[in-house]
Amino acid sequence: MNEKSPISIRNLSVYYGLHPALKDVSVDIPARQITAIIGPSGCGKTTLLKSLNRLVDAVEGVRVEGEVLVDGEDIYGPRVEVTQIRKKMGLLSQKPQVLPMSIYDNVAYGPRIHGLRSRTELDRTVEHYLRVSGLWEEVSGRLHQPASELSVGQQQRLCLARGLAVEPEIILGDEPTSALDPQSSQNVERRLMELKKDYTVVTVTHILRQARRIADYLVFLFLGELVEHGPAAEVFANQRDPRTRAYLTGEIS
Amino acid sequence: MMTNGLNGTLKKRKRVELLFKIMMIGSTALVIGSLVFIIGTIVWKSLPALNLSMVTRTPKGGFYLGKEGGILNAIVGSLYLALGATVLAFLLSLPLALYLNLYKGRGSKTAVWTRFSLDVLWGVPSIVYGAFGFLVMMMVGLRASLLAGIVTVALLEFPIMSRAIDEVVRLVPKELREASDSLGATRFETAVRVVARQAVPGILTAVLMAFGRGIGDAASVLFTAGFTDRVPASLLDPAATLPLAIFFQLGTPFPEVQQRAYASAAVLTLIILAASITGRVLTRRYTKHVVK
Repeated sequence: MNEKSPISIRNLSVYYGLHPALKDVSVDIPARQITAIIGPSGCGKTTLLKSLNRLVDAVEGVRVEGEVLVDGEDIYGPRVEVTQIRKKMGLLSQKPQVLPMSIYDNVAYGPRIHGLRSRTELDRTVEHYLRVSGLWEEVSGRLHQPASELSVGQQQRLCLARGLAVEPEIILGDEPTSALDPQSSQNVERRLMELKKDYTVVTVTHILRQARRIADYLVFLFLGELVEHGPAAEVFANQRDPRTRAYLTGEIS
Repeated sequence: MMTNGLNGTLKKRKRVELLFKIMMIGSTALVIGSLVFIIGTIVWKSLPALNLSMVTRTPKGGFYLGKEGGILNAIVGSLYLALGATVLAFLLSLPLALYLNLYKGRGSKTAVWTRFSLDVLWGVPSIVYGAFGFLVMMMVGLRASLLAGIVTVALLEFPIMSRAIDEVVRLVPKELREASDSLGATRFETAVRVVARQAVPGILTAVLMAFGRGIGDAASVLFTAGFTDRVPASLLDPAATLPLAIFFQLGTPFPEVQQRAYASAAVLTLIILAASITGRVLTRRYTKHVVK
């Protein structure tokens, strides 16, 4: 790793009530690579992802211990402005969630709330990020149509454009292809591969083949514990922990 | 033997279904039938009295039970009153519903107790609001007026509207809020720009429901808004209302005036119908972007 890690997780534990969802997780996420968080259902993958932009805050009865350093700043620190943290990260959720407005307004939503008013600037921003997410050709003629009329695959790419438009440094994906058809999934995967030259990507996936295709770095969680992490090629070739091996060979899922 | 037994059960099951089908069709027919019957009666009975001067002029020929002139005083009074009260109730209801759902957790004590209070308030009879409004008026030295009526009717509408808005805001998916939050929106921005927008159709329904309840209520305005032959010119003037006009007109011993009560009822029904059609048109216009 020649770049400083943009996200450092230090002794992170998350409890839902009394139930620990993450236990003492520490890992550095490499910059400008795709990190895949893998593990069986209910192992804390999504919790880990959502604690990176403090979306876990919204869960009732949640308690977070430890630190998550983003650009060296602990995002659970007392003086942190949570909106600024979230602005640094774009999120792709499992099921694409378009906002109840037009295609254009979906992309412009973020820039607008962060203070961009100029119409020409907005137009330029919207077009730029729709191009980056590979949607421009499909929607340029109907920017003011409701976003909900797009296909699910297009909606996910719209969500990508919307997330990128707030100029984050990090892209978070929560099984971003799980609701998509194979072709749309492939499309989204390709976008992520392209984007990693500019962005740090962290994505949860339950599809091992997807992790093999796109991941540079692998984080394996099991029952809330960080079992193994390292460059994807190494982990796939040679597992240090028997549980990782069992998961990768399909014995546990 | 086996088949006989099976046939027997099947027959019984079909009988039960038939019975329920009759009940279902019966109640549907009853609903539609009563609606037609009610509107039919009102229109039929009001026809002799219904003419243009009825809706364009104030009463003439004797105190407000006059046999001439119209009920413009009550039409305008009712509209002012219900519109004012609905706006006022909305200004309280929307913030409350957003606060309960976005700022307070679903199961938080504040939310639970507030909802409980609203449900109790919903069940309070309107005459009690009238009496309460009257008491407050006495305390602050306000006479029966449009203002006092608006405040009282707003109180009556508030629990209905806020609970109805609360329910639709509650149905907005959590993921939608997360999507907005994750872009760095503040809770307020998420509430107003995303959640309220997604809930627009339900909010409109809630507002209409409350408006209908407010414009149709007689007991709450009896002491608070008063009654007058004139169209109110200021918030401190007393205001006539359609439900009270109906009440007073029906209570007279003169058949001509009683007919006018049906005309007032027809006008009131028409206003509610118009409001509900407007609501539907607005809903269609503002739901274009709602995410399914």
